[in-house]
Amino acid sequence: MKDKLQEIKKEATKRLNEATVLNEIEKIRVNFLGKKGEVTAVLRNMGKLSKEERPIVGQLANKIRQEIEKSIKEKKAVLEKEIEKKKIQAEKIDVTLPGKKRGLGKVHPITKTLEDIEKVFLGMGYLIAEGPEVEYDEYNFEALNIPKDHPARDDQDTFYVNDNIVLRTHTSPVQIRVMKETKPPIKIICPGRVYRSDTVDATHSPIFHQVEGLVVDENVTMGDLIGTLKEFAKGVFGEDTKIRLRPHHFPFTEPSAEVDVSCWNCHGKGCRVCKNEGWVEILGAGMVHPKVLESAGIDSSKYSGFAFGLGVERITMGKYNIDDMRHLFENDIRFLKQF
Amino acid sequence: MKAPMKWLKDYVDIDVSAKEYADLMTLSGSKTEGVEKLYSEVKNVVTGKILKISNHPNADKLVVCKVDVGDEILQIVTGADNISEGDFVPVALAGASLPGGMKIKKGKLRGETSNGMLCSLGELGLTKYDYPHAIEDGIFILDKEYKLGVNILDALDLRDEVVEYEITSNRADCFSIRGLALESAVTLGKEYKDVQINVKEEANERTEKYIKVNVEEKELCPKYSARICKDIKIEPSPEWMRKRLKACGVRPINNIVDITNYVMLEFGQPMHAFDIEYIEGNCINVRLAEENDIFTTLDDEERKLNNNNLVIADEKKAIALAGVMGGANSEINNDTKMIVFESANFNASSVRKTAKQVGLRTESSSRFDKDLDVNYVIPALNRACQLVEELNAGTVLKGIVESEGKDEKRNIIEFNPKDINDFLGTDISKEFMEKTLTALKFEIRKDEVVVPTFRKDVVGFQDLAEEIARFYDYNNIEPTLLKGKETTVGRKNRKQEIRDIIRQVMTAEGFYESYTFSFGSPKIYEKLMIDKEDAVVIRNPLGEDYSIMRTTTYNEMLESLSVNYNRSIEEAMLFELSNVYKPIENSDLPKEIERLTIGGYGEIDFYSIKGAVTELFNSLGIINYDFDPIEEKGMHPGRTAKISINNEKVGVIGQIHPEVSENYEVKRETFVGYINIKSLVENAQLEPEYEILPKFPSVNRDIAVVIDKKILAKEIEKVIRNNAGQFLEKVELFDVYEGDQLDDDKKSIAYSLFFRAKDKTLNEEEINKDMDIIIDKLKKELGATLR
Repeated sequence: MKDKLQEIKKEATKRLNEATVLNEIEKIRVNFLGKKGEVTAVLRNMGKLSKEERPIVGQLANKIRQEIEKSIKEKKAVLEKEIEKKKIQAEKIDVTLPGKKRGLGKVHPITKTLEDIEKVFLGMGYLIAEGPEVEYDEYNFEALNIPKDHPARDDQDTFYVNDNIVLRTHTSPVQIRVMKETKPPIKIICPGRVYRSDTVDATHSPIFHQVEGLVVDENVTMGDLIGTLKEFAKGVFGEDTKIRLRPHHFPFTEPSAEVDVSCWNCHGKGCRVCKNEGWVEILGAGMVHPKVLESAGIDSSKYSGFAFGLGVERITMGKYNIDDMRHLFENDIRFLKQF
Repeated sequence: MKAPMKWLKDYVDIDVSAKEYADLMTLSGSKTEGVEKLYSEVKNVVTGKILKISNHPNADKLVVCKVDVGDEILQIVTGADNISEGDFVPVALAGASLPGGMKIKKGKLRGETSNGMLCSLGELGLTKYDYPHAIEDGIFILDKEYKLGVNILDALDLRDEVVEYEITSNRADCFSIRGLALESAVTLGKEYKDVQINVKEEANERTEKYIKVNVEEKELCPKYSARICKDIKIEPSPEWMRKRLKACGVRPINNIVDITNYVMLEFGQPMHAFDIEYIEGNCINVRLAEENDIFTTLDDEERKLNNNNLVIADEKKAIALAGVMGGANSEINNDTKMIVFESANFNASSVRKTAKQVGLRTESSSRFDKDLDVNYVIPALNRACQLVEELNAGTVLKGIVESEGKDEKRNIIEFNPKDINDFLGTDISKEFMEKTLTALKFEIRKDEVVVPTFRKDVVGFQDLAEEIARFYDYNNIEPTLLKGKETTVGRKNRKQEIRDIIRQVMTAEGFYESYTFSFGSPKIYEKLMIDKEDAVVIRNPLGEDYSIMRTTTYNEMLESLSVNYNRSIEEAMLFELSNVYKPIENSDLPKEIERLTIGGYGEIDFYSIKGAVTELFNSLGIINYDFDPIEEKGMHPGRTAKISINNEKVGVIGQIHPEVSENYEVKRETFVGYINIKSLVENAQLEPEYEILPKFPSVNRDIAVVIDKKILAKEIEKVIRNNAGQFLEKVELFDVYEGDQLDDDKKSIAYSLFFRAKDKTLNEEEINKDMDIIIDKLKKELGATLR
């Protein structure tokens, strides 16, 4: 019997070693350990043995049973692992195929520029003020020291609704409205849509967008204006951007300046963007004219202030090298996708 | 304003290159727009002398010349017939280039070698106005002997550089060479050498004998002055004067007219000369024109005047449109023997209005309309007479006839260097301030600055600060940041925050942001098939297509979609944040209503748009919204919904009526919609309300019913919700079916219902009870049958 058991074990081990699939293992288990299995049969025939032999064979049979069970378990684990491995291998995909996209849209490049500018000024403690586009002539011109006969009115080619109402030519009337309603300190930027009677072409549009800024407080200096514009230029055009001021004339500021930034494209070396100047003109600025303060009800002997204004389309076109202003209002998806 | 370097150098020693000079001037406040090198396109053209002219052997119309160009004798073939042996001519050598890009090469003309070209005026960029002795259709025969082989630009002294200035409206004084020269002198730290004016008045007669001046409109003409010159010999002005005029862009005409233009450019004071023979009654009246008077100006155009136009008139008729242009009836001509020079000051606004009304903007009117200094009048008049004497053009009569004008008042400003430094944020020395102001011809008196009359723009201490700062250089002012007593917090307001959320959601939903024009055509209502609305009308539009402020954003949205569709773009989904403008009664400004407009075509349907809007509401914390069927003009009658929040209409979405799509040439189903921003601002709940997560599981039951097609999903859901009892948490639609297995007027609709109690796990019976009621009500109220 002992021999028989040893043989059974040998046979079982052999078959286990040869097995390659899981149900074979199950067969082996049934063959050897099942109710009608060989080890079971041995145990069943134990009665035929002598009293002395019985415990020895019994022990051996149990031991062999356990050993076979263990081998089965191990083999099963090995096979399962292999199967899992094969399955994983079969799951291989081509990671270079394109990804599935939900398809995001994008904001318009004008919005992008506006957001860039707003971020800088929000960070410096400015509020964003808004006002009507169809505006009183008085707010658009007269309160800004541009009386009815002022030559500057010729430059601005204004759309009129009637003698007293215009499509605002700049967002300055918002400044007037805020000054009339708020006590200093005032720190605002005024983004918005403005209108000038220009025919549409590659560089002109009768409708465009501006951001103007206004600060009114005690002891505001021209140095403050320059410092502020410097921060603005760095924030919008990059840390190493420099600014240059050129004296100019605006009726609503005194002193007035046109402001250039060092070319973002060539960093001042000269290129197509800056027409080889190294500088690009981007805004007008100055100290708020005392008449403007007074017409908005602010005591110009106590308060001073600065203001600046810039064209959003121009900056957008410059920054991204957009060749034609008309693209900005055409809304071709292939254009909008790029920003 | 064009300023030739050579002319400026009469007044100030400019010792830097024209380019450097222009940059320095720009930084001190006289904006330059470029430097033009005169005749720079003329290269390798030299003086030559024609030694011999012989016939061309093969061509009747050509001749063969031997031309001495200094170091060699060239054979040149030409077709011109105005040349003679011994003539001095400009010769373009082989390798020369001429204006317009013409290049000269050696070659053969009908078999004869030609080693260059004899040039005409035009080929050198000249006209007969520059060289009146020469003809335009022939070779330019030089007027005297020149050294041979010398570059023509040197021989004729044509080289110069012209700086182009942009003159701002406050600086009438810089609309002149003298004014710019003064700015140049202060910029460069050089001395300003003014012209010395001296009139000999060699005639024995006095001006008063021939003319008297009567100014009726003293407000419109603060000053009028006249002088007379006799024995006038009309001829071309000298070459130096012609060159300067041309460099400034003024065409030389004859000595007298040229003198008036020269003085205008030099002093900024426009002048005029009349032939006295045509002035009737020995008098000059400055008066308003007769209504509807027809007046022919110097350019031979008839101008219809009105009684606001100021004219210069004799006893009977207008002879000049004051400050704008002279009349053809008293024009200087070749037989003119005696002239009246006018130098006057006219009201800026009056000149601007007249110029605009008659549509004639001249060098004169564009100076007067900047408000000139009255004190220019007499010096300019004398300067013109001085030039008449210097040019030997005639003799000047004694004395000036002038109106009693008021003198310009000089502005006086308190001079306080500390205020100026505090304002600029600088520490500029008093000496620098005084030096700068003095150089600019301001007078410093102790604590006051007296401003010269030609600087009427300087009225307050801020103006003085600017004068000082621009020569100190703005860029030397130390940048500082505000040091106010109160801090300010930068943040967006609620509306601005909501706009940001709208942009985030709409782009996340796949829409691209568009920007369109906010004015349009009144014809769009027809195109959109909607009722015409009252709109804000622009009085002076760019054309009918841009003449009204829009009352709907659909037109521009559809235009944008059409652009994409017609460029074969498969799909376009756009959104825009912009205004419509509605006139309101009894209010002068219209109401500007901001809207979110959405639109699209492509792989989308009504539900894509609705889904996006729903996501937007979710993101804004808006719960109480509804979509209900609505019929709107221009929209598809069965595919349009009204959007409401808290039962108030806030917008519409739907499919554009196919006929309207057709009008915009979009041949696909096109969807649009709008929502008023104001209602979003009012209803948004931006602070989320947290609800404790459920502790007990939910139970899910599905239900599918067959129901009349016409019954809206919304009505079915309403019945479910109203009858579900307290535990219904959520109703989710998961299937809608219409088709073969159902009657034509039926649809099958299936929902998942989720039940949950806060405090326990629900048991089957509780839910079965609720479900039974729901099914029962669906049957009774909507005629539904279980599927």
